[in-house]
Amino acid sequence: MIPAPFDYVRPATVGEALQAIADGGEDVKVLAGGQSLIPVMRLRLAAPETVVDLGRVAELRGVREEGDSLVVGAMTTHADVLTDPLLARYGRLVVQATETVADRQVRRRGTFGGALVHADPAGDLPAVALALDAEFVLVGPGGRRTVPATEFFVDYLTTALEEGELLVEVRLPKLGEDWGVRYEKFNRVAQAWSIVAVAAAVRREGGRIAEARIGLTNMGSTPLRARATEAALVGVDVSMETVTAAAAQAAEGTSPSSDLNARADYRQHLAQVLTRRAVAAAVGL
Amino acid sequence: MTAVEDRPGIESPAPAREVGQARRRKEDARLITGRTTWTDNLVLPGMLHLAVVRSPVAHAKISAIDVSAAQQAPGVIAVFTGRDFADEQGSIPCAWPVTPDMVNPGHPSLAVDEVNHVGEAVAVIVARSKAAAADAVELVDVDYDSLPVVLDMEEALGDQPVLTHDHLQSNESFHFVFDGGENGVADDTDRAFADAEVVVSRRFVQQRLIPAFMEPRAVAVQPQGDNYTMWSSTQVPHILRLMLAMVTGVPEHKLRVIAPDVGGGFGGKLQVTPEEVIALLVARRLGKPVKWAESRSESLMSAHHGRDQVQYIDIAADREGNVKGLRCRILADMGAYLRLVSPGVPILGAFMFNGIYKFPAYRFECRGVFTNKTPTDAYRGAGRPEATFAVERIMDELAVELDVDPLELRRKNWIKAEEFPFTTCAGMTYDSGDYDAATEQALQLIGYDELRAEQRRRRESNDPVQLGIGFSTFTEMCGLAPSRVLGSLSYGAGGWEHASIRMLPTGKVEVVTGSSAHGQGHETAWSQLVADRLGVPFEDVEVLHGDTSIAPRGLDTYGSRSLVVGGVAVVNAADKVVAKARTVAAHMLEANEDDLEFAGGKFSVRGTPGSEVGIQEIALATFAAHDFPEGVEPSIDADATYDPENFSFPHGTHICAMEVDTETGFVKIRKYACVDDVGTIVNPLIVEGQVHGGLAQGIAQALYEEAVYDADGNLTTGTFVDYLVPSAADLPHFDTGNTVHAAPGNPIGAKGVGEAGCIASTPAVVNAALDAVRHLGVRDIRMPLTPERVWRALHDGGDGGGRATAGSNAYGGAQTETTAGVSTPQSALGGDR
Repeated sequence: MIPAPFDYVRPATVGEALQAIADGGEDVKVLAGGQSLIPVMRLRLAAPETVVDLGRVAELRGVREEGDSLVVGAMTTHADVLTDPLLARYGRLVVQATETVADRQVRRRGTFGGALVHADPAGDLPAVALALDAEFVLVGPGGRRTVPATEFFVDYLTTALEEGELLVEVRLPKLGEDWGVRYEKFNRVAQAWSIVAVAAAVRREGGRIAEARIGLTNMGSTPLRARATEAALVGVDVSMETVTAAAAQAAEGTSPSSDLNARADYRQHLAQVLTRRAVAAAVGL
Repeated sequence: MTAVEDRPGIESPAPAREVGQARRRKEDARLITGRTTWTDNLVLPGMLHLAVVRSPVAHAKISAIDVSAAQQAPGVIAVFTGRDFADEQGSIPCAWPVTPDMVNPGHPSLAVDEVNHVGEAVAVIVARSKAAAADAVELVDVDYDSLPVVLDMEEALGDQPVLTHDHLQSNESFHFVFDGGENGVADDTDRAFADAEVVVSRRFVQQRLIPAFMEPRAVAVQPQGDNYTMWSSTQVPHILRLMLAMVTGVPEHKLRVIAPDVGGGFGGKLQVTPEEVIALLVARRLGKPVKWAESRSESLMSAHHGRDQVQYIDIAADREGNVKGLRCRILADMGAYLRLVSPGVPILGAFMFNGIYKFPAYRFECRGVFTNKTPTDAYRGAGRPEATFAVERIMDELAVELDVDPLELRRKNWIKAEEFPFTTCAGMTYDSGDYDAATEQALQLIGYDELRAEQRRRRESNDPVQLGIGFSTFTEMCGLAPSRVLGSLSYGAGGWEHASIRMLPTGKVEVVTGSSAHGQGHETAWSQLVADRLGVPFEDVEVLHGDTSIAPRGLDTYGSRSLVVGGVAVVNAADKVVAKARTVAAHMLEANEDDLEFAGGKFSVRGTPGSEVGIQEIALATFAAHDFPEGVEPSIDADATYDPENFSFPHGTHICAMEVDTETGFVKIRKYACVDDVGTIVNPLIVEGQVHGGLAQGIAQALYEEAVYDADGNLTTGTFVDYLVPSAADLPHFDTGNTVHAAPGNPIGAKGVGEAGCIASTPAVVNAALDAVRHLGVRDIRMPLTPERVWRALHDGGDGGGRATAGSNAYGGAQTETTAGVSTPQSALGGDR
């Protein structure tokens, strides 16, 4: 299909981009990698009057170190993520999840920030960002502000971004060698969205679990944390029994949807199984 | 170079035989890069673009259509509705009335008074650009008075059903019966079942599939005076030309149809589509060239679908495992209309449900059912995958009932190598083969004993991942088809194929074939055949096809018929060229024709070394015709039409090893091995490719693909996000092998390979999954085996049930009998015949 007619703006700086968004008024859409926006425009499910393409805004692309944080530019592509040395060292959960995103062509164009702002609960990166307590740096007409992941994902395809604002970068904590990670994705064919997925990062101290962060993909209208499981894991000895017992609480408080691939009860069952597998893999069981 | 080496002939080695060589396909570079003549690449001077307005409702009266806003939109030239073409659009033809009283509701290309499925065309926009046409689609305002919908076949045949077409008396199109006993080729089925020690009955569901060819459909029409040239992404340019002439009244000799390079079809382009008719009517009305090219969503929704059967299968046997009878009652979903061969697809299965087994008694019944869904028609295998699935699944069920090894049960009942030719309970004469040999090779390929040992270990340790091994054997009636057989089945055409060979002055060869390639590699295979037959280099052969002006006679490509029928026509034409060239050679060599030998492209005089002339030299001499034998026409070109005596019957044994994760329901093919006997192999690389692609499609039916409608008749699997077509990443390595039993009576010895993988793989995969979990109480899982269905079958029992938004596709309820009506005036073709 052919999209409905629209105006197209291609700024070169964040400042120009903000101006273009302001000029575009209410019916403006920001184009990052275009891997979600272009298909819905082609299907005419979206018909923005203005599209602001960030593809030339070089300052939004790349990964850098700032103290205990990694800062990932919003326009860093999935392919960039997969080859970045800093992420390879400190952001292995992000890398693992990114490896499972769609297919090679999509990863070449799709962006880290675009996937997060799209806020599809079936997307892989929102649950990872939530599990890692990422911070979202937004700029807008009113200046710059930082929003924690727990507040960023508001609802299905909805974030805390205000009108006229732009996500410029995401701050992630560096996870050192004492952290084990695993992104456990469940889908029917390789390029499909997750039916359910679990992002787990677990820190060990000796034979015990010191800290666990578990994000759930596609278990509700936003990414979720498996808080009950996280709490149950803290301080326990590393064993299949303790992990299994904790994972049994993974679906607590979730209200997943029913669709062609899974009804809600099956999703809740999967969340438990996948959480057990993710945590077990993260702690090396 | 020495003088000796320079001298042509005597000492030079014979050129290697082309047939049997794994030649890389000469057409692939342009097909893969897309730098070729896809219909949608075509730009005609002054060309207008069409966009089709489609019904968003499954069943409704059209009370009004307001096109004024669309007509005034920028770039729009015209907007037409069904009413504008009501007098000239006739009905989409159905060429296969399977019973004398088959009901055909009639199928206008553009809906006039009512719509009967979502996606049905209701208006067409003509605009200066594709974008302008697409923009105007939303401006057409159609008032629909909604009617209730019927989507489920068993409901459609129940008491007081909603009618798909309210001008008909019922939702039944036809009731076809084939009874082996009544036809004198088998015993009485009722008696066989009454006397049987064991009867197993099952209900299987063949879900609805979408052909999903790579190139979406497209058509362009160029009017020139009262002539029309149509380019279409079709498998069947010859059939299309004939049918368009019959439907629209454009005389056949004023219509040229070209199928340029076509990106796949799988039966999905074996059709006369509403859009082809509409494009021709618009071009005629406006006198301007037009083009229509569909989007993927449009294609999934409105191009014909495949499969969609409910199968009630009964098998009778004695306690020792000797099968005694087979009874099949089939409901086949036609969708809302009958298209080109919709009713014939399930009927092809009538002769195949018995598979490779020696059933003494056999009865097949099929009822064609209308529902408010997209029409069904041919899809790779067309009726034979459905049949093979049923018999291979019921053989496993019988093995479970008798507590015998499923392979042993099959062995006991299949036709033995020494019994060929064998006439089956369905009246087919199977030509050749050796099922034991193929099976033995397949068992070796997959490492059967080791897998069984692992399966035991996993069961004993109660491993969360269980292993299963599934078998399927198959045969199919291939090479459609002997014309007299098609005639006896009321098919609207013959099954011959035509070829001609033109010898050019430079010695190059043009081969014209009536087969219509759409990705199969005809250009390569035909070149190999001709290179051997004429003794010319492979590179010197060009294959022309898919244009009714270049290849005036042909019956096109479907049903694994191209090599088996069309290839033989090519070979026969080549033999005629050689025969004509022999006369010229005798004249040139001043010898008697009877003293000439022909080998390696050269005629030589027996016993006279050095006296020889090549066929390519003869071509030049014929062109000049300066010195030609008296009374002989100066041409060595020839053509041939071949009509086979019998079908060919390729066969094979497929074995699948499947891992089932009992915690999640996820199934994963561990290993897959198959050994197919497709007769003589012309090009092993092409055969391997056909097998791989077929396996992918057959496995996709088992595990991934399903067209799902919601309760209102909307296709919920309307994009590739929901209609899951697997990629290489989702499929295992395939271990393939061949046994070769040349097809008797076929000059090439080929049996056909296009559908083999697709037919055999589906039941092997499902049988494997069931074998993995049967000890856990699972008896059946409905296709596709989604993880959720497998998990529910394991945890809740049953077959895994319907899918969350698939309420209407759940096929619940019981079957009841209704009677057939009669053909209707609306089903008449419209044109001047």
